[in-house]
Amino acid sequence: MSQRLFIGLFDNEHDTLDAIRASRRRGFKVVDVYGPYAVHGVEEAMGLQPSRLPWVVFVMGLAAAAFKVWFEFWTTGVDWPINVGGKPFNSLPAFVPVTFEVMVLGAGITAVLAFLIVCRLRPGKKAVLPVHGVTDDRFAVVLEESDSTFDFLEVERLFREHHAVGIEEQITEGGR
Amino acid sequence: MADAALLRAPSIEGEKSLSQVTHDVCASMEARPSVLWWVALGASVCLLLVGGAAIAYQIAIGVGTWGLNRTIGWGFDITNFVFWIGIGHAGTLISAILFLLRQRWRTSVNRAAEAMTIFAVMCAGIFPVIHTGRPWFAYWLFPYPNTRGSLWVNFRSPLIWDFFAISTYFTISAMFWYIGLLPDMATIRDRDTAGWRRKLAGILALGWNGSYRAWQRYEVVYLMLAGLGTPLVISVHTIVSWDFATSVLPGWHTTIFPPYFVAGAIFSGMAMVLTLMIIARRMMHLEQYITLRHIDVMCKLVIATSGIVGWAYATEFFTALYSGNPYEQFVFLNRAMGPLFWAYWTMAGCNVFIPQLLWFSRVRRTIPAVFVISLLVNVGMWFERFIIIVTSLSRDFLPANWSSYRPTSIEVATFLGTFGLFFTCFLLFCRFLPVIAVAEVKGTLHYRPGRGHDSFTPPRFPSEKRAAEPVLEDVHA
Repeated sequence: MSQRLFIGLFDNEHDTLDAIRASRRRGFKVVDVYGPYAVHGVEEAMGLQPSRLPWVVFVMGLAAAAFKVWFEFWTTGVDWPINVGGKPFNSLPAFVPVTFEVMVLGAGITAVLAFLIVCRLRPGKKAVLPVHGVTDDRFAVVLEESDSTFDFLEVERLFREHHAVGIEEQITEGGR
Repeated sequence: MADAALLRAPSIEGEKSLSQVTHDVCASMEARPSVLWWVALGASVCLLLVGGAAIAYQIAIGVGTWGLNRTIGWGFDITNFVFWIGIGHAGTLISAILFLLRQRWRTSVNRAAEAMTIFAVMCAGIFPVIHTGRPWFAYWLFPYPNTRGSLWVNFRSPLIWDFFAISTYFTISAMFWYIGLLPDMATIRDRDTAGWRRKLAGILALGWNGSYRAWQRYEVVYLMLAGLGTPLVISVHTIVSWDFATSVLPGWHTTIFPPYFVAGAIFSGMAMVLTLMIIARRMMHLEQYITLRHIDVMCKLVIATSGIVGWAYATEFFTALYSGNPYEQFVFLNRAMGPLFWAYWTMAGCNVFIPQLLWFSRVRRTIPAVFVISLLVNVGMWFERFIIIVTSLSRDFLPANWSSYRPTSIEVATFLGTFGLFFTCFLLFCRFLPVIAVAEVKGTLHYRPGRGHDSFTPPRFPSEKRAAEPVLEDVHA
């Protein structure tokens, strides 16, 4: 299905934030917002759910640590116990440092991989930019024509009220 | 708004617009390299070649080419290892700890400091790998099922802890650095003037398009890596100190080592960051981004950590005298007054006394002075490790075992070679990747052109989420 999109271009974060909030207040569907740097509050203004990444990382960190404790116990105490300086085979306190490092490693690698997967980032992927300049100095607020009551003039007025530096219309085939 | 009173001046100089930041950072990278850069690169590559030859020689002949003996089993190798690992720590301090502490001035220096961490850890890793004696079996450090039994590694040994700590540290630092680079790679990819860099950046940017759906997760990942990196960096040097502290040797067997080593590491690393920033801002013409204010703040961190290190020296000495343990007392008197007294006092002079000059704001604002002090601090911190390792080993319990140590030319050449590796990597980094974190600096500009608004919202990181901001209109309400 083709989509009709209206893109408001802004040159600073404050106008962008105001425009997102105003668009949602008037019931327009904000498809996405693009910009050159992380701006505090955009995700709330867009109504995005908080990311669930921390949970994934927490679980994988714990799993890595648990695996490592088991592994150290198994190698040192079960598979081939070796008497090192008369220390007990199951030297739990001595296992703490490596367990910690493996926990951090597991959590960190999970964080990055999960981020790349969820954001669908991969080497060689062609970036789909709404307009040129969103990685430099432009902010783009993308609205979608959702139904027949959609009023382009109102969109334009809304963007102008918030000092848009440009307004574009795009028709795309299929979803973004 | 309450935050408005706390807002500081933008951390860079000049009224920069967003595209100017992109332009300034990229232009200095895309311009033809200066003579200074070529000279520096030439010198570094020469050192690297010397080091490479020395490493090839000592691997071919064996560790017998070193000046070690039966009494002194650790000398230049472990000194240099600890020295380089320590330097790496300031990079993580700036990128992770200062991020959690919301020190926004870090945005001008964090990229280069993280690069420094990665290169320093690479240099550090060389020494223990060669020290294993048969570096081609270095993978035996990894606990994998093998045909020797399986004979597993000894998880009770601090040396194995160290292997895990250093490799985790390297991996996490590299990932942290790369995630930080992503948006900047996209910025370079979308520039018209970037030439072949565009193609490279196009691959490295992984299709980043600046969508705030991705930015939201990006911030979360960045925060989590910072949160993981902070205890990690402390654990790394703690574990390095345990290499010593878990033995029973007087001068090593002490509980002050972990905090003392971590503070020393950050101290030496901050000095190295200062050295590199002073070179980079000059070489890449980034004086407006790495300003006197940045140098000033970093000098203050040097002073603070110098104080901790000085206090640790005093505590160590006092504890030895107070312990009533004659071996412990002897080691410390031997450090200050024995055959290596000159090294001890070089250490104390460079680490405790000379940094006191930085109390004067005039000194902090005189670049050549700061540069010299930063070099001296690194000399001092190198001697600290040398003193700890060599004096403790050279005179232990039995006088019949006493010995002395001189590095051979091979060891000196290897050490110089690591400087070659470090600076070659750093200089290439300056030419191929943005030295300043473009996207992060843009976030600190508070940029808004003069249109009559009064709803001024200071930009913040999402983790401070939902704190002071009045909740605005919610359509679902």
